[in-house]
Amino acid sequence: MGRVTVAAPIEIEKTESAEDVSAVPEPDVPWVTIVHNDPVNLMSYVTYVFQTYFGYSKEKATKLMLDVHHKGRAVVSSGTREEMERDVQAMHGYGLWATLQQDRK
Amino acid sequence: MAGHFEPLPGGGAAIALDEVEISILRSLAVQLLELIGPGPAGDASGDPLAELFAEGPSEPPSDPALRRLFPDAYSDPEKPPADPEEAAEQRARSAEFRRYTEGDLRAGKRENALAVVHALNALTPAGEGGAVLELSAEDSKRWLGTLNDLRLTIGSRLEITHEDDTDALYGLPDDDPRKPMVMAYLWLGGLQETLVSTLMP
Repeated sequence: MGRVTVAAPIEIEKTESAEDVSAVPEPDVPWVTIVHNDPVNLMSYVTYVFQTYFGYSKEKATKLMLDVHHKGRAVVSSGTREEMERDVQAMHGYGLWATLQQDRK
Repeated sequence: MAGHFEPLPGGGAAIALDEVEISILRSLAVQLLELIGPGPAGDASGDPLAELFAEGPSEPPSDPALRRLFPDAYSDPEKPPADPEEAAEQRARSAEFRRYTEGDLRAGKRENALAVVHALNALTPAGEGGAVLELSAEDSKRWLGTLNDLRLTIGSRLEITHEDDTDALYGLPDDDPRKPMVMAYLWLGGLQETLVSTLMP
């Protein structure tokens, strides 16, 4: 009969909770709203949304729409996190695919 | 005027629709209403006060079309974070955003689709020419939203994820089971395109 081996104690991994992560103080960096390209939304509709919601000129709205179309994404607004959450919610209301993030260059 | 919206002199838009078109549009809008529904948190109680304070879901919808209508707000589709801590933080923030916004977003999309159904119900097709639908500028915005939601939903069902996918769908043979849905998708695109042009500031 062999010796009885004693199992090593299982190490309990400490997992950081989401609260701990977001409690890290953020540097004072502005947030941006990004609109992502998708093959369904019409170019005219995306331009219309940028003009209507943000009040951008036709030229600026068209340029942003073309950036989304050709580069796959465009920063459409910047500001505080709360403001950008508002913009992202509005974009989702219009059916555009938008996200927000801190503008770390 | 058949097949596309035209601007009305005092604002708003008009389109002639035949009986079949009216019934297809109504059926699609009703299906959209059923798909969007009250959402996971909305059917818990019938108490309007409780509903007012009810939180939305934390998790993204499992249906791909709904996931496209209500995307995660904090996850960059092109640059998923390599750092697991950062990924966890993004998920937590997306979940929080969803809890506070998805209920309102669903309600807004439902109101738009209901406005479409009501406008269609009010039409009385007369003879072979069908009926002329007249929308106020306000109604036009609701229609625009629903036409877009419908195209996103059908686009998701047809698995259109790249520009090339759309081109491939144009050339489907007549006996392909996706053909009717593709026809509806293209037709809705024409409606939306012409309706946008009546609203362009």
